Amino acid sequence: MKILLIEDDESLASAIREYLKSEDILVEVAQNFQKGQEKAMLYEYDCILLDLTLPGGDGMEILKTINNSPVKNNVIIISARGALEDKITGLESGADDFLPKPFHLAELNARIKAVVRRKLGSNSNEIRIGEIRIDLNNRKVYIGQQEIQLFRKEFDLLYYFAINKNRLLTKSAIAEYVWGDHYEDADNLDFVYYQIKNLRKKLLEMNAPFQIASSYGIGYIFKDL
Amino acid sequence: MKLFAKTFRYLIVIQLIIVTLWSVAFYYSMMHEIYDSIDDGLDNYKLLIIKKAASDTSILYKSQFDESNYAIRAIPFTQAVSITDRYRDTLLYMPFEKKLEPVRILHTAFENNGKYYELKIISSMVEEDDLIKSLFWAVVILFCVLNITILSINHFVLKRIWKPFYKYLKRLNLFKIESDPDILPMKTDVSEFVQLNQSVDMLVKNSRKSYSNLKSFTENASHEIQTPLTSIIHHLELMLADSKLNKDHAQSAIKAHQSALRLSKINKALLLLTKLDNQQFQNRGIIDFEIIFNNVIDELSELAEFQGKTIEMEISGKFKHTMDHELASILVVNLVKNAIIHSLRGTHITIRIFDQQFSVENEGAHGPLPDEQIFTHFFKTENSAPGLGLGLAIVQSICRHEQFKIEYSFEGKHKFTVTGTK
Repeated sequence: MKILLIEDDESLASAIREYLKSEDILVEVAQNFQKGQEKAMLYEYDCILLDLTLPGGDGMEILKTINNSPVKNNVIIISARGALEDKITGLESGADDFLPKPFHLAELNARIKAVVRRKLGSNSNEIRIGEIRIDLNNRKVYIGQQEIQLFRKEFDLLYYFAINKNRLLTKSAIAEYVWGDHYEDADNLDFVYYQIKNLRKKLLEMNAPFQIASSYGIGYIFKDL
Repeated sequence: MKLFAKTFRYLIVIQLIIVTLWSVAFYYSMMHEIYDSIDDGLDNYKLLIIKKAASDTSILYKSQFDESNYAIRAIPFTQAVSITDRYRDTLLYMPFEKKLEPVRILHTAFENNGKYYELKIISSMVEEDDLIKSLFWAVVILFCVLNITILSINHFVLKRIWKPFYKYLKRLNLFKIESDPDILPMKTDVSEFVQLNQSVDMLVKNSRKSYSNLKSFTENASHEIQTPLTSIIHHLELMLADSKLNKDHAQSAIKAHQSALRLSKINKALLLLTKLDNQQFQNRGIIDFEIIFNNVIDELSELAEFQGKTIEMEISGKFKHTMDHELASILVVNLVKNAIIHSLRGTHITIRIFDQQFSVENEGAHGPLPDEQIFTHFFKTENSAPGLGLGLAIVQSICRHEQFKIEYSFEGKHKFTVTGTK
């Protein structure tokens, strides 16, 4: 997979690049408006991550260029302007998703996967990670041939773990992804543990070849047994 | 002291002194005229008597006033030379009136055929006395009327002149730089006031410029902070994912990670407050707070449940208001979240919706909070649960933005009541 990251902050770009590298995603970085526009017009990417405030111009202009160009590229806006109206303008202008800064890397990974899947069409609405098969249309999870009965939140949790397999997911990233913005309160995340305990129990009952290991007390890693 | 009152006080003091002096001077000069005229009459009479005495010597023996108004008495020469014309006020017994009456008396002496006589002529002052009395009262009345008239005219004129100024002052007091249009100038032709108009206009213009500069600076700064913060968070996440990390380093990285997340949240909250002050929420629609509450409770129910708290809703009316949807949600989320975080395990959070009013009530471990402080930024009690300390400041800002009234009360439970304006 190949991704274009249009972002002027070098430090942020390097973190994203390093993170996605281990997902086998190649990240090309454009650090200003002109280079970003050029690359977005000339090449095809699986996904473009677009910052809106760039040296040399407004990221919205690049978005317009992408929409008008024959090369069809999907765009996720990563913006420091996180208000609802910015989000609405972004999505109305043809972006596929809008991720306000600051976001967790795992969240970015999930969003990229979702956008790419949407691009590939309906038959891609199933993901397989090892022995786990997740049917996104029907929101069902199978291990081997057997279905695991999951509540809504447990499904979201397992999906998030599955696409970020072998990676550390911080509690706040989990809370934000599964429960929404209002739960990101960093000092108040005991309910994440509670939910994970239930999920662990279900995985164990199914003899699933996976485990959710806790890491330093800051978060969890989903990995093979 | 008001400028108007001060001017008026000077005016009244000066005027009273001048009018009093004038009245006294006027009174005495009139008195002088009256006596002058009486004395002239007496003098004239004296000449007539002396003339008459030259031809009719019988009158020289009229030693009593009796029916007429003069008396003559022969005196030796030595005494006569010592007498000069002298006018005096005195009292004389009037047999008809049977009482003492004021008279003016001329005391003089004359010579007739080598003999010397003393002459006394009187003139009744009864009428003149009345005249003087009338004159006195006339002056007193004039004094009062003059004072009252002049002062009330001054009062009226001063008031009229200062009126636009006071109106203007009122407008200045109510002026808010963040929301109001320019201040209406005074309608006046007084050049000082016109100058004041111009100076205030200039001041407002400059302040507005500084204010909007500061505003956009704050906003830009908050936005610019988000990118490096994201970078910090990402690098820490990468570091924590590294299996080579030892436990101590991991602990430090975790703490840094948490602080960065917290910083970013504070920044977001401050940004929201700035945007509220800048009136940047314009996506208005009709909001039914019952629906907003239902959505928010839906979102937060798991948190409440996990913490062993229940949320109850009592609906006894409709609270609808035209406002930004996002703002309405933020308002309700902050109030409900505040109630969840600060209530005790096993208690209820009660939400009541009335016509144009709603309240959120929770039982807390502690007594009443200082209600002047709870809405300030970063307010925290010594035993408060961890939080940003900005939730209620946001609530208050939204209420101010929508002209809602927010009140805090404590009757065994902490209660926040929001009342809408109709």
